[in-house]
Amino acid sequence: MMKASIAGDEGAYRRLLEDITRSVRAMARGAFARAGAGDADVEDAVQETLLAIHLKRHTWDPEQKLAPWVYAIARHKVVDALRRRGRRRVEPIENFEEFLAAPEAEDPHALSDARKLLEALAPRQRDIVSSISLDGQSIAATAKRLSMSEVAVRVALHRALKSLSAAWRRSVE
Amino acid sequence: MKTSELIAALSADPVPEPIRLGRRVALALAIGFVGSVALYCLMLGPRPDIAAGAETMRFWMKCVDSIAFALPTLLLTLRLSRPDAKPGALALWLLAPLLLLAAGVVAELALTPQSAWMSRLMGANAVHCTITIPMLAAPVLAALIVALRAGAPLHPALTGAMAGAAAAGVGALVYASSCPDDSPLFVATWYPLATLICMGIGALAGRRLLVW
Repeated sequence: MMKASIAGDEGAYRRLLEDITRSVRAMARGAFARAGAGDADVEDAVQETLLAIHLKRHTWDPEQKLAPWVYAIARHKVVDALRRRGRRRVEPIENFEEFLAAPEAEDPHALSDARKLLEALAPRQRDIVSSISLDGQSIAATAKRLSMSEVAVRVALHRALKSLSAAWRRSVE
Repeated sequence: MKTSELIAALSADPVPEPIRLGRRVALALAIGFVGSVALYCLMLGPRPDIAAGAETMRFWMKCVDSIAFALPTLLLTLRLSRPDAKPGALALWLLAPLLLLAAGVVAELALTPQSAWMSRLMGANAVHCTITIPMLAAPVLAALIVALRAGAPLHPALTGAMAGAAAAGVGALVYASSCPDDSPLFVATWYPLATLICMGIGALAGRRLLVW
């Protein structure tokens, strides 16, 4: 499915991200619980992992299995997130595969840092991201509303996602 | 922002042209190598007795050893840049240049009288060598780091250090024809020192520039 996604199948990619999200969330929740860190920031770690998976998807070798690659990135990001919260001792996370079988739903009450981070974006970038993500508009509709070309909206969206990831990284330091 | 909203944004953002990490690293190597050779031409040039030097076994040992070091370190750098890749058996290839160098040292010790060992080891330009190799490695390291920013290394400092090692190997290869000291005793002492400097710089650069 990742291959189809890389080839540009938007629907397949979306479904894949949703699957990955559920597994990563289960894993992150387990890791946070074991570290005694509470559930409050789990969703941030999940979103950070998703952004990393998206921005680094070219580092996956199609000849290899997808799960270990996803797991490596998720582990890296979850450990980062825990470390940021002052948990020195971060226990390794065991078998990722078992989380694939135990997906968990998003906690609707969890408010994400991403909202704060969104505010760090340039106004135009923020506008585009929220138009596509919050309001669920298509690229074409967003382009029309902002009287930009579709290509420009795509470029701006990609830049915005990169800055979002960078803003997250800065909050680590 | 909810996670479902983030997913909507992500799936609306297709990357039209996939980045090929291996290709980027190869390109960086080529650019860095050209930069290194340019520095060599501007500042060093071949040593005066290069024709005679090129006939000795010792001279070619330097070149072969540099290549034997640059190749596995370069491949390891690439592997470290992928989150799910393991160094594996590739790491064993790091032994090849070390064994080669050790064999050279043993042969040299057997062939030369003990009284000459120290002067061979110190050579004519130990400090020059230790400074020049990192200088010639710099363009390669810089290009590699830029290319590797597209990667996703789990250990940024280690990946940077490995890139520094690969750059040092290339730098040593370029430097070899300018360096008047061919003795394995000299090479086994000062080239690794220069390599360590490159690895240190690479680790610092990696920690700053290769985090993601």
